[in-house]
Amino acid sequence: MSFDLNLTKRIGETDIACRIEPGEGLTVLFGPSGAGKTSVLNMVAGLVTPDAGHVRVGGETLFGEGVNLPPERRHAGYVFQEPRLFPHLRVGANLRYGASDGAPLDGVDFLGIGHLLDRWPRTLSGGEARRVAIGRALLSSPRFLLLDEPLSSLDRARREEIMLVIERLRDEARLPILMVTHDRGEAERLGSRIVEM
Amino acid sequence: MLTAAEWGIVLLSLKVGGVAVLVTLPVAFALAYLLARARFPGKVLVDAAIHLPLVVPPVVTGWLLLLAFAPAGIVGGWLESWFGVSVLFRWTGAAIAAGVMALPLMVRAMRLSIEAIDRRLEAAASTLGAGRARVFWTITLPLSLPGVLAGAVLGFARALGEFGATITFVSNVPGETETLPLAIYAALQQPGGEAMVLRLAAISVLLSLVALVASELLARRAGRGLHVL
Repeated sequence: MSFDLNLTKRIGETDIACRIEPGEGLTVLFGPSGAGKTSVLNMVAGLVTPDAGHVRVGGETLFGEGVNLPPERRHAGYVFQEPRLFPHLRVGANLRYGASDGAPLDGVDFLGIGHLLDRWPRTLSGGEARRVAIGRALLSSPRFLLLDEPLSSLDRARREEIMLVIERLRDEARLPILMVTHDRGEAERLGSRIVEM
Repeated sequence: MLTAAEWGIVLLSLKVGGVAVLVTLPVAFALAYLLARARFPGKVLVDAAIHLPLVVPPVVTGWLLLLAFAPAGIVGGWLESWFGVSVLFRWTGAAIAAGVMALPLMVRAMRLSIEAIDRRLEAAASTLGAGRARVFWTITLPLSLPGVLAGAVLGFARALGEFGATITFVSNVPGETETLPLAIYAALQQPGGEAMVLRLAAISVLLSLVALVASELLARRAGRGLHVL
């Protein structure tokens, strides 16, 4: 299971090009702000349509060769840069949104969010909201994970907490992960390989 | 206190306003959604047409409704031949006039609340496996609900006050089309009708005030409800 991408897209005046050869583990997409890293994740998730190229994950073509699966059929576990929790649903309902009916929430016990289930998203701290967003993505039974700057705007303790979560996902869940960051330290610690943009 | 006849007028007004808003609601939401989300040629014209009742003299709107719903009119002829019904001089006609006059206000409130929805939340829902219909029912609609309710309340208040289009379209038939504003106008024309005018006017002000306060509270709630982390 791994990513195999070759994408081009013109957004406004910017040309975005990204090529990732198949490879195991956590792939870090590294580069300065404005290089189009988030756009690449959006193209893998199906939220933005590339101009040309292909997106394959674990051998399945999500885009290219006449295929363009809609986002809801790609089974991406996408953790956005901002948590994007649904403000009108409590944490529990947010977590269950993508889960199959009646699925237990204990699969994400390790995130330490069990006590937050009855809270409203607006009452969560930044670190809690981030963990809930990760939990929501994981509970949707994703085939792969997309993490967009999952450590940004968190204090040091929270960053360490989330980094441990990501390492666990990388080593134990063995899901292919594509992660965007502009922090060299994060990229080197977490990435099985680093793709510069 | 109100006499039995006056209570009848109040209840008729509430019925006309309530039915007008309930029937107009889905139409207004569909139009608001279209204007907020879709791009199509002639959108400016559609937008303008929806807002026409707000700026055209109500008498003109009533006259146009009369033309359309008269037995020889486009809609009237169809209603007559298929269902054998006519809305002229009936409370249903008054509800149609009220609905048409309330439509622009309802569309406006709903459109603003649909436009205020963070589209990124809908994108997040789709990555979680929700198709378009589920995204609409579970994200778009609930998040626009405060605006929908505010629009409905505002439309209801507008419908309660409808005069010009109603009297032109369905005339003033006591017990059938005589809503509060029409009854107040009729009482003003009668010698000694001042006491009735006072009572009905007080009720009108009270109902409108309640509707406006409710609309304002819902709009504020909408602002809070859309708070996104």
